[in-house]
Amino acid sequence: MVLPSSHSRAGAVADLRYSILSLVAQSFRGNTAWRPVWREPEPKPAYDVVIVGGGGHGLSTAYYLAKEHGIGSIAVVEKSWIGSGNVGRNTTVIRSNYLDHANIPFYEWSLKLWEGLEQDINYNAMVSQRGVLMLYHSDAQRDALARRGNAMRLNGVDAELLDRDAVRRLVPILDFDNARFPIHGGLLQPRGGTVRHDAVAWGYARAADSRGVDIIQNCEVTGITVENGRAVAVETTRGKLHARKIGLACAGNSSRVAALAGLRLPIESHVLQAYVSEGIKPLVPNVITFGAGHFYISQSDKGGLIFGGDIDGYNSYAQRGSTPMIEDVMEGGVSLIPTLSRLRMLRSWGGIMDMSMDGSPIIDKTPIEGLYLNAGWCIGGFKATPAAGWCFAHTIARDAPHELNAAFRLDRFAAGHLIDERGAGAQPNLQ
Amino acid sequence: MVDAASNKPARAAAEFAPVRQTAAAPSAASPYRLATGGIVDRSAPLLFSFDGRNYGGLRGDTLASALLANGVRLVGRSFKYHRPRGILAAGSEEPNALVELREGARREPNTRATVAELYEGLAAVSQNRWPSLWFDCMAVNSLFSPIIGAGFYYKTFMWPASFWEKLYEPMIRRAAGLGRAAGMPDPDTYEKAFAHCDVLVIGSGPAGLMAALAAGRAGARVILCDEDFEFGGRLLAECRDIDGRPCAQWAGSLLAELASLPEVRMLKRTTVFGAYDHGVYAAIERVADHLATPSPHMPRQRVWNIVAKRTVLAAGAIERPLVFGNNDRPGVMLGGAVRAYLNRFAVKPGTRAVVFANNDDAVATLLDLAAAGISVQACVDPRGADAGVVRAAAQRIGTRFVNGAVVRARGGHRLRAVDVSAVAEPWHKLTFPCDLLAMSGGWSPSVHLSSHLGGRPQWSDALAAFVPGPLPRGMSVAGAAAGEFGLAACLAGGAKAGAEAAGDCGFAAKPVAMPGIGPEPIGIAALWRVRAKRGKAFVDFQNDVTVSDIELAEREGFRAVEHLKRYTTLGMATDQGKTANVNGLAIMAELTEKTIPATGATRFRPPYTPVAIGALAGHHRRKDFKPTRLTPGHAWAQEQGAVFMETGLWLRAQYFPQPGDNSWLDACNREVTATRNAVGVCDVSTLGKIDLQGTDAGLFLDRLYANAMSSLPVGRARYGLMLREDGFVLDDGTVSRLAEDHFFVTTTTANAARVMQHMDFCHQVLWPDLDVQFVSVSDQWAQYSLAGPKAREVLQKLVDGQHDISNTAFPYMAAGEVTVGGGVPARLFRISFSGELAYEISVPARFGDAVIRAVVAAGAPLGIRPYGLEALSVMRIEKGHVGGAEINGQTTARDLGLERMVSSKKDFIGRVMAGRPALLAPDRPAFVGFKSVGDGAIGAGAHFLPVGAEPSARNDEGHVTSVAYSPTLGHLVGLGLLKGGSKRLGEKMRAYDPLRGRDTLIEVCSPVFYDPEGARLRA
Repeated sequence: MVLPSSHSRAGAVADLRYSILSLVAQSFRGNTAWRPVWREPEPKPAYDVVIVGGGGHGLSTAYYLAKEHGIGSIAVVEKSWIGSGNVGRNTTVIRSNYLDHANIPFYEWSLKLWEGLEQDINYNAMVSQRGVLMLYHSDAQRDALARRGNAMRLNGVDAELLDRDAVRRLVPILDFDNARFPIHGGLLQPRGGTVRHDAVAWGYARAADSRGVDIIQNCEVTGITVENGRAVAVETTRGKLHARKIGLACAGNSSRVAALAGLRLPIESHVLQAYVSEGIKPLVPNVITFGAGHFYISQSDKGGLIFGGDIDGYNSYAQRGSTPMIEDVMEGGVSLIPTLSRLRMLRSWGGIMDMSMDGSPIIDKTPIEGLYLNAGWCIGGFKATPAAGWCFAHTIARDAPHELNAAFRLDRFAAGHLIDERGAGAQPNLQ
Repeated sequence: MVDAASNKPARAAAEFAPVRQTAAAPSAASPYRLATGGIVDRSAPLLFSFDGRNYGGLRGDTLASALLANGVRLVGRSFKYHRPRGILAAGSEEPNALVELREGARREPNTRATVAELYEGLAAVSQNRWPSLWFDCMAVNSLFSPIIGAGFYYKTFMWPASFWEKLYEPMIRRAAGLGRAAGMPDPDTYEKAFAHCDVLVIGSGPAGLMAALAAGRAGARVILCDEDFEFGGRLLAECRDIDGRPCAQWAGSLLAELASLPEVRMLKRTTVFGAYDHGVYAAIERVADHLATPSPHMPRQRVWNIVAKRTVLAAGAIERPLVFGNNDRPGVMLGGAVRAYLNRFAVKPGTRAVVFANNDDAVATLLDLAAAGISVQACVDPRGADAGVVRAAAQRIGTRFVNGAVVRARGGHRLRAVDVSAVAEPWHKLTFPCDLLAMSGGWSPSVHLSSHLGGRPQWSDALAAFVPGPLPRGMSVAGAAAGEFGLAACLAGGAKAGAEAAGDCGFAAKPVAMPGIGPEPIGIAALWRVRAKRGKAFVDFQNDVTVSDIELAEREGFRAVEHLKRYTTLGMATDQGKTANVNGLAIMAELTEKTIPATGATRFRPPYTPVAIGALAGHHRRKDFKPTRLTPGHAWAQEQGAVFMETGLWLRAQYFPQPGDNSWLDACNREVTATRNAVGVCDVSTLGKIDLQGTDAGLFLDRLYANAMSSLPVGRARYGLMLREDGFVLDDGTVSRLAEDHFFVTTTTANAARVMQHMDFCHQVLWPDLDVQFVSVSDQWAQYSLAGPKAREVLQKLVDGQHDISNTAFPYMAAGEVTVGGGVPARLFRISFSGELAYEISVPARFGDAVIRAVVAAGAPLGIRPYGLEALSVMRIEKGHVGGAEINGQTTARDLGLERMVSSKKDFIGRVMAGRPALLAPDRPAFVGFKSVGDGAIGAGAHFLPVGAEPSARNDEGHVTSVAYSPTLGHLVGLGLLKGGSKRLGEKMRAYDPLRGRDTLIEVCSPVFYDPEGARLRA
């Protein structure tokens, strides 16, 4: 049965709102009254909903299940520490500058949730709307971005097409004079930006926990019990948890976890590397994506330049990459921003991407009753965190997708309702 | 690393040597430079500057040792509290002494003074302080430290929401960051290099040297790398004897032998920074960082990709600080670093010292300090009976031994004294005045590279350290990196690992004699923090993470070691926690009452030390970012004054301006009109070209293309459509049959590589049984399009007389081999993109330049004009041919109006998936043409909206893919993808383009604007 945890939080402590006032007040008391941001409960034998995966998507799903749908008994099970997957290893970009009408409203809703997130969950995730600039280097790229920007505008999303001079005024450090592929202009989404990624996991964890969600770390799912076509429990390293509904939010490991229930997903797992430089004084004001190479960059509030490029291009579950892609990314970086050359790469790491066969996600019911799937985020799951959780919660609670995720169907590959933003087809290394 | 208390001739040389001034070296005048000893060159004085003041140093110094030799103790400020900081370490683990090195475009922020090799004229400035290093206003942050502890920013700056971007974040961003980027392009160059070896040895300390020697003597190809600018590792920093000789000297003779071995390559100033799969190691060689500027043609740095059969990691160990109040004061230094400054650099890092250690390493520190004439005020050791050898060493040099701990350092900009709490009298504080505290919390093996592939280091209670866990395949670890502490163990471990590694590569080891070494104690008792009430106790010096931050993290549930790191920023500074991580997680283990293994360790990631981004980019920057591909006719086009544009990697002529043109459009219109009325020539060499031969070539192409190719007669060409496996159009192009078993395929310029890759995949993976060989010949053939009513007339002048190219003999879609200009082999294709009578003539690339000149000469009387991509594009839009904007990866053959090309009689790639219901839906946007109604401008990327409908996604009916002004028709012509497609001919729509402030009325029409019957191209 339920064991009280040694670190369980008294109800009163949950009321300790975060603010400058509480910071000052607590500082006079030696900062001893702060309590765990989330409890460490023992798993209960049964829940209404069990979410597998304590990353951004899993935690936000739990939060919105509790907040929007009033579900009382929810557990999030995480095989490691919460936020140990892609929410803790991404490049922190948020944006809704998509092309497809199936994607734009969803990502725009995500952006709107980001905009109100901190006040909603009383946690400063440093949502920074500093602008996302996609560069173009040819007339053809300009036309493709115009098509995209106009599609955004038709959805009520902010987009501006900048010419070369406007880009130069915005980001003078780019190579305007010696570039192999001269910058012709860019598509700017002023409301796009960055978020402190780890804080998203912690903030949602705190908010979900305060609504009674059990966050259970170091609890790996080893089996999914299916009885008469219905998923009824997850078997874990910390015992069996019965659930009326089970939601999978396992990112790069989606295929493996879904296989526990006998499902084969249209997903390949690939490694994507990311990089951070040593901290420097402010240099890069926005998020910038290079149109002539695989490179994008922003600068964290702490001063590190955070950048990335393409997936390494081979299937892998190992969170590490190889040198050719590192060099390719750095080549793009120095070509775009020459002054990067003498700055130093401090750390590189890899995350596992759940690459779907059209580059777009899946938030849907599965052929197994009571089992729901949130997967296929490819290289872009972080920005979706609030809306993915919000829509997944809706899909689980109502047993039907919301209009916003209606297109993110699992069976769309069979039917041909693809959402292929880049027209790259079912080849993840080209998406 | 740890020394016995035995008498040594090596130390005797420097023992109590009086500080003497010599005329040779200005820095020798400093009371902090020892007159003898060390491996600095007293005959090579160097001038340098720090924060604008000039100083003298010696060749062989680092910036850190030279600053210490000048009595400079304050060298930096910490990240958050802007605490004054000195030099903590003597190697790449340094967290404090970061400077901006060099000036102008060569400025390098965050350079560790401890590894910056001194050169004449070196200029460095301190960073992240204002207005000066000595007086830094931001130090006021310290006063607010109770409020701005770990993660405070997650709890505030939320109200009002709009202030984040306007006020809070700019404020935080300005305060954060360390040094400043140069802000200018880097004037230096970089190289990439590849190497293969049998045995890679990482580190040239005692273990690495022995490993390299053992493997090298066995005959293996060895690469020995060391991050330092001298080989020898700790052998340079310690005052030990090996075989009766000072250890640095002994290392010298080993190095001489290694240098004499032909298969041994030695790379100093080379950090192996990453271990990757399949025995690949990445290394950075600092080729010219020890010079003011690189010599001409010399790269600044070189990145190595080393592929090693076996690797011996002998990277040594990193000493840990002790954690007590104000342990960050300038003058508090690691014991091993103190010995390095004394023994290697002949620099006294202080005048009055206290030694504080929890392990027997203190013995060597005590003896070396005394030998250098530095008075040691006290030796503090928390261990009681276990500290026997330390106590004895203290007694030997007449220093008071205190069984206790330093609880607090005093002083501000430099250490003045330490407060010590003795175990015997905890209530009574002892205070020892000093300007140097040599501390040692034990040594952490440099296991980093052993865990880059994911192997978790294992905790050893006996060593109070993590040792390597599961190793990457092919790697072994030796010496201190393996937890083999003590010189004898390092030498033996290295020799064994080197011999085994060579043995694994098939080289029989030859015996390497073990030198004679005195015994040495390596006892340790873990001391993770000194519990003290006063003064901040730093764990991560650079990021200002204190014990109270870790306590807060524990209180708030950030107990997983990765949470601890991310919440407090422990280990996330430019040193990646080399001196901090173990202390931090051990303190967390204490707080949570867990063991250290249960607490875990954060994952090590490449690079081991930060690597210049420019080095990883190599020379791929500016114009050399990617290759520039030029067609064989490029020089000719240049002579014609062509304006070029990037098309993938190619430069192609966009248009050919002439005097009097007002804009590119004038040139484009002229080129179109000339082609339509007379003849034009266009360089289409950039098309992908693939030559296929074999008895199954036709079958192979049948499977690749949606339309049949095996039925193509010899001497004929056919337009071809290729689908992806998922049923969408991949590419279009032409297929010509030159012989029964010989085909020639062209692809679009953009998809040349992708189609080739696709063919390779299909042949190698799907149908290896087919008898077909193919090769890309894109670069081997120059190809020109001759178009216009007079094209044949021009061509007849060029093609050798025996070839009949009359309309009857060589009709539309004919293909064949001819000769031109008296025997130049050529391939002639009667295909047309422009809609005119047209030919494409293909000649071996070496004739490309001559042939274009011959074409133009032959055509001159007929009014021939070269035309560029703009005119080409206008004519293909007039003709309603699909291009890259239509074949965008999202369109099917049906969408493009090409369903008639899709064979129903054979199987081919994409057939099944193209039949999915949604791909056959009637409301999919399909290919149409449109004309403008009125004068408004239209750009590709505009969306189609019904007239009168509100602009919204719901009302979006498609988009404009291509648009051009047609000089032939005198109005705008456009192509697009519109829901319902050809069913909507004659409808008026809006081309809605809010991005460019346009909203124009159009009328939907057939996409073929020009010569819909095709009479001209068959003429």
